[in-house]
Amino acid sequence: MKLDTSGLESIAPLFGASNELLDGLSTAPAFDLPSNVDLDGFLKETIQMVKPAKGTTTLAFIFKEGVIVAADSRASMGGYISSQSVKKIIEINPYMLGTMAGGAADCQFWHRNLGIKCRLHELANKRRISVTGASKLLANILYSYRGMGLSVGTMIAGWDETGPGLYYVDNDGGRLKGARFSVGSGSPYAYGVLDDGYRYDMSIEEAAELARRAIYHATFRDGASGGVASVYYVGPSGWKKLSGDDVGELHYHYYPVTAGTVEQEMVEVTGA
Amino acid sequence: MSIFEYNGSALVAMVGKNCFAIASDRRLGVNLQTIATDFQKIYKIHDRLYLGLSGLGTDAQTLYQRLVFRHKLYQLREERDMKPETFASLVSAILYEKRFGPYFCQPVIAGLSDEDKPFICTMDSIGAKELAKDFVVAGTASESLYGACEAMFKPDLEPEELFEVVSQALLSSVDRDCLSGWGGHVYVVTPTEVTERILKGRMD
Repeated sequence: MKLDTSGLESIAPLFGASNELLDGLSTAPAFDLPSNVDLDGFLKETIQMVKPAKGTTTLAFIFKEGVIVAADSRASMGGYISSQSVKKIIEINPYMLGTMAGGAADCQFWHRNLGIKCRLHELANKRRISVTGASKLLANILYSYRGMGLSVGTMIAGWDETGPGLYYVDNDGGRLKGARFSVGSGSPYAYGVLDDGYRYDMSIEEAAELARRAIYHATFRDGASGGVASVYYVGPSGWKKLSGDDVGELHYHYYPVTAGTVEQEMVEVTGA
Repeated sequence: MSIFEYNGSALVAMVGKNCFAIASDRRLGVNLQTIATDFQKIYKIHDRLYLGLSGLGTDAQTLYQRLVFRHKLYQLREERDMKPETFASLVSAILYEKRFGPYFCQPVIAGLSDEDKPFICTMDSIGAKELAKDFVVAGTASESLYGACEAMFKPDLEPEELFEVVSQALLSSVDRDCLSGWGGHVYVVTPTEVTERILKGRMD
């Protein structure tokens, strides 16, 4: 049994039906499916079992100068920290970034897949794909796998002919356009800082500092977020990585330790 | 997630030459949410006997209060402090009283005997004693702590070296655990003095 995703294909064969170069590239990937009566339920359970669940904090926002994208770098399996150096901001092309929250493999695979589709669009139409278009490409694919256990929470951010663009896309097919998003287990904390400090007319430096601070505060409160706070900026000339700070050092940068009482008396139990 | 992992904790005790060290992390969380980073997990029973309680914070504090109560009664009746071995048996007995509805705690006991011989021991939540000659660990970071201690421990360390080893073991272990860390708390106890130090750690 195979899942037929050919209906999803947006790019028609360019040079006739039998171009060997494009075979396998232009077709949407098809996966072998287990022969099971309750297919969707079975897949969901199996994937929950094998997937390294990943706590995350990612955020992105649009402001006067463009888009800022930021994320932490921790990967965890239950309580265990499996990596402190994960790249959660995926470079789709020089003008577009994707963020990673949820299943690592799902995010990586479908962002790579999106990168291919965006490049093919560029070759076929002699112009770069819009952020709107790219996010919809991804949302449509995710919708076709709805209920089968994919775990993706992503933001597609970039600069196209219409200016800065930002979309939130998730595994149940949701796709939202917006000026400010945060995704992952640390997102409530990040939103707290972000909503408080956000102004549309910030400078790039101010915006980058706000993003870094929001990620830092999320890593402090959220046990599943941590590692390095990376900040990217996307402007008219493409994306640029602005900073990557170890959160372990960032804490003492924001809150320097003042020399205080190192030794203290134990508190006695009163009234015993 | 297990109730033992609700608040998160890391505890370790190590034996040196005529001394011991007991160390803990400082986090109190509710699952993944960090609530406080100055939480006390190591309690003093008397000058040369310390008790670390990992697991559920509320049970740890209740258990501590009961143990202090029992120890004070002992002091009044016997007019002396409890020996570490005796205290371990007391903890074990109090835990087993609640065999079918246990305190969700794993204690670590470390003390110096009257002959300045260090004693360390840990228990499960219903009081099964586990005595060790080198080191004992407990809490959500216990697996990483075993690894770190196994690699770093050396017998008969002097107090200053012991502090270094126990601190490095603690800090590197909690870096692999989501639910513990946010600083450390270390006691080194020798026959003549007790040093208490707060460790700076990664706050994520």
